[in-house]
Amino acid sequence: MPKKYHIDFKQTAPRYTPLGKSGIIDFREGCTRCRPCAKKACVYNVYDKRNFDNVLMLDSIDYLCKNCFRCVQQCKKGLLTKSTNPEYEKMGDAYWTPEIIATNWAQAETGKIPVSGAGYGGPFAGPGFDSMWTDMSEIVRPTRDGIHGREYISTAVDIGKKLPQLYFNDVGVLASPFPPLIELPIPMIMSFPSFGHISKNVKSALALAASKVGTMLLISAEDYEDYLINYKQCLIPQVSEEHYAMLQDKIAGHRAIEIVYSKGSSELFKEIKQKFPDVIVFFKVPLDGRELEISEELVSRGAEVIHLYADDNGNEIGKTNPRFIKDMIRRVHLRLVELCLRDHITLIAGGGIAMAEHVAKSIICGADAVAMDIALLIALECRLCKRCIKNRPCPVTIDSIEPAWGSQRVMNLLSAWRNQLLEVLGAMGLREVRRLRGEVGRSMFFEELEADVFGRFFGKRLT
Amino acid sequence: MTAQSKIAEPADRRQTFPPIKRAPSRFRNPIGKYKIRRGAQCIACGKCATLCPEGVHVKAGDAMGKPRDFYCLGFSCKNNSFYCIDNCPVHALRLVENPLCQTLGDLRWTSDLLISTWYMAETGEVPRADIEYCLGNSNGGFDKLRFKAADTMQGHDVSDDEISTAIDLNRSNDGRPLVTIQVPFYGGGMSFGSVSLATMVSRAKAAAAWGTFGCTGEGGYPEHLIPYDNHMITQVATGLFGVREQTIQRVRIVEFKYAQGAKPGLGGHLLGDKVTPGVAKMREAVVGNALFSPFPFHSVYSVEDHKKHVDWIKHVNPQALVSVKVSTPTDVDMVAVGIYYAGAHIIHLDGSYGGTGAAPDIAKKNIAMPIEYAIPKVHQFLLEEGIRDRITLIASGGIRTAHDVAKAIALGADGVVIGTADMVALECVRCHNCESGRGCARGIASTDPRLSEMITVEWGAQRIINLYAAWRTQLVQILRQFGMRSIKELVGRTDCLYHVDYVQEKDSVHRAAGGGN
Repeated sequence: MPKKYHIDFKQTAPRYTPLGKSGIIDFREGCTRCRPCAKKACVYNVYDKRNFDNVLMLDSIDYLCKNCFRCVQQCKKGLLTKSTNPEYEKMGDAYWTPEIIATNWAQAETGKIPVSGAGYGGPFAGPGFDSMWTDMSEIVRPTRDGIHGREYISTAVDIGKKLPQLYFNDVGVLASPFPPLIELPIPMIMSFPSFGHISKNVKSALALAASKVGTMLLISAEDYEDYLINYKQCLIPQVSEEHYAMLQDKIAGHRAIEIVYSKGSSELFKEIKQKFPDVIVFFKVPLDGRELEISEELVSRGAEVIHLYADDNGNEIGKTNPRFIKDMIRRVHLRLVELCLRDHITLIAGGGIAMAEHVAKSIICGADAVAMDIALLIALECRLCKRCIKNRPCPVTIDSIEPAWGSQRVMNLLSAWRNQLLEVLGAMGLREVRRLRGEVGRSMFFEELEADVFGRFFGKRLT
Repeated sequence: MTAQSKIAEPADRRQTFPPIKRAPSRFRNPIGKYKIRRGAQCIACGKCATLCPEGVHVKAGDAMGKPRDFYCLGFSCKNNSFYCIDNCPVHALRLVENPLCQTLGDLRWTSDLLISTWYMAETGEVPRADIEYCLGNSNGGFDKLRFKAADTMQGHDVSDDEISTAIDLNRSNDGRPLVTIQVPFYGGGMSFGSVSLATMVSRAKAAAAWGTFGCTGEGGYPEHLIPYDNHMITQVATGLFGVREQTIQRVRIVEFKYAQGAKPGLGGHLLGDKVTPGVAKMREAVVGNALFSPFPFHSVYSVEDHKKHVDWIKHVNPQALVSVKVSTPTDVDMVAVGIYYAGAHIIHLDGSYGGTGAAPDIAKKNIAMPIEYAIPKVHQFLLEEGIRDRITLIASGGIRTAHDVAKAIALGADGVVIGTADMVALECVRCHNCESGRGCARGIASTDPRLSEMITVEWGAQRIINLYAAWRTQLVQILRQFGMRSIKELVGRTDCLYHVDYVQEKDSVHRAAGGGN
């Protein structure tokens, strides 16, 4: 049995008070200082821990309060109440919701998976990844020992081309050439989002996290500065035709390189493969409606990895009625299965991967692995205010983080995500994530359940 | 099953129900949907106190007391002659929605549902205020299903007592007792450790008063529950905590818990903090050490293994009924058939949006299917197999209101199991912190000695008794509207329902009276 893989996580406090969902309003006027004061009775002692952040103008109680309403309901004068926090509600957008941002913050702080009491309080179903559920195994075909540390569940995936069969020569010696293959311990690679103050410190933090965890970081030729050279093993430089010249002397020693797809990129692919046969070449292909034909073409030309990417919210690029990444991936995966070419290629899905469950769901829809982006920045306390796009200063000064602090936060997030993936796999009775790929039988889709169950009683669903 | 094929059964005339007694909030400042603001111009004439039949305004001596606005009927009261706002001679009163409600509840348990459940638990009555007490805001499932307004010719005018809400739990004809419960719901398992003893006993007492059942969960059988033996289900779950021959022999129903809807396939986890000396003794474990209830039963990998388990219970207690609790995977219908063939009396499906003391968020949201799909799937499959009338189908996992109960039954269940609604009756606010630190800050789901003192059994039991009374009233209203005399007639009657997201023949849709909107 291989050594058990583990990501070291460690409590890593945020540098700034995080925004809380709702706050306590404390009308001091009229307070008779009675005893016992309802504030003193707080089970979580939030009034004792309370402080005011002068830089961000934040009362830490918004973040510490656990919403039990006891002080509100017990104050003799009724001087305490709660209100929503507009700053919190303003964060992110309809896809990267404040809840998603806050849960990723908590995971980056603790490294632990979010656990809570009481049932799920969210919507019944929703768009995007929220229109599918994952399966569990009841009585028959469960895991043998559950997920509580006694069983080895592998989250490793292979990046590269897999041989459909082996050939042997006349004397029985293996004659198949082995294409290069990278085994990543987690089905998540890292990339930089399209925004953010990506300073030297941020780049170092991410590269350090990638090397400690054993995964890889995609990095553009412009961002690839000399101080990162020590992390060669875990960096995947991204090149387009015009950038190739700038980078070509540096390629040796890397395990993989990514070509930004364009009409002429197959020439570049040939050139790179000729010079560096052991370097795995990724193609970065936009999910913009042409992904099927491009994928087919690339597979036929011998490409090894296709990195399909949607926009930041997982939507088809440049469309008014965009499809969602899970559906686009599913289509590419199924086409390649149909053509019996699926194992010739590794599919990586990027764009809109915001929560641990999105990893499992992308893989069910046919990806081998995912590329994380904005979530990594959230691990570094990003609030998605996007002031950086307008060149305004970052409210949480991401550019000046300590690389060690940043890498630990990212590792914490990866650890929590991986452990959640284990929960999902454990519930299904699967022992490795490789077997989850394309396993739509291990999932349920909203549209199908509605049609199968409610359709028979209520007719056709209005769309 | 259509109305014609099923003859209305006479109501069970032996039914007696426990008395309703007012059980007000434990807290000084109860939360209501509306706020009444009294301006400085108030002359304390006391007119509002005289007018308001809900008791919102109180005159104490020469001054007006703080409005008890949690009883306020809200804006629709404007049509009443006693509307305080318009009647105030100096226009000192102002009615607003309580801004606090924006921070209360979530999409499934909205602030309206919480507040209306508190009201029912306090008064035993169906809310009269402008408040949504039937539907949550989850945008799917029960929240999109509605009862059709039945043909007025169909309805009948019989008294509440003549309409039966009783269901039978043993339909197998195997010579074991035909256990009947007076209301089509019973309490779901919550172990000692996950909730306080007072909470546990309150639920058991309320269940006994209503002639239904409570459930021990898997944390053992505290001796305080012995007086309620006839109304307890004891659970045999994968950790086998506190399971003994005596506990099996003591009860009328034994429940196998294979999985829990909130964390299907993951087993249970009681955090070390909650393993107090009392809990540890009950579970035969070590104080302060986290306890895992594994998944799955390590002795069950097939339906045959499962049958062995059922036979074991039946042998140990020859009078007991066996219930099997499972969650809702894609093949839930096959699982249900397996349960039947193993000889169980009750299939208990626990859907994915159910409650828990602690579960990974990823599991609660994503793993397994919502109960709204699982019920009809299993019901139809059992019908096709020709065995539907030989087993009792019980559903749980997101049953919040009386209307959810009725909808689950119309989708094909015989009855339901409730958990969170009981907690809300005890003034749970759904803060989701049952598991952290000392446990529930409101003393419901905590074994911390000081916190659990916040609830007395007498108060807790009465709150739950009251809630059940208000629920029964609503169930009876629904049955009466469809001309039914027994809740058993509603089973599988999807023709009584419509779903707002589906195309309907225009004339077949009537907005349900009292069915929310």
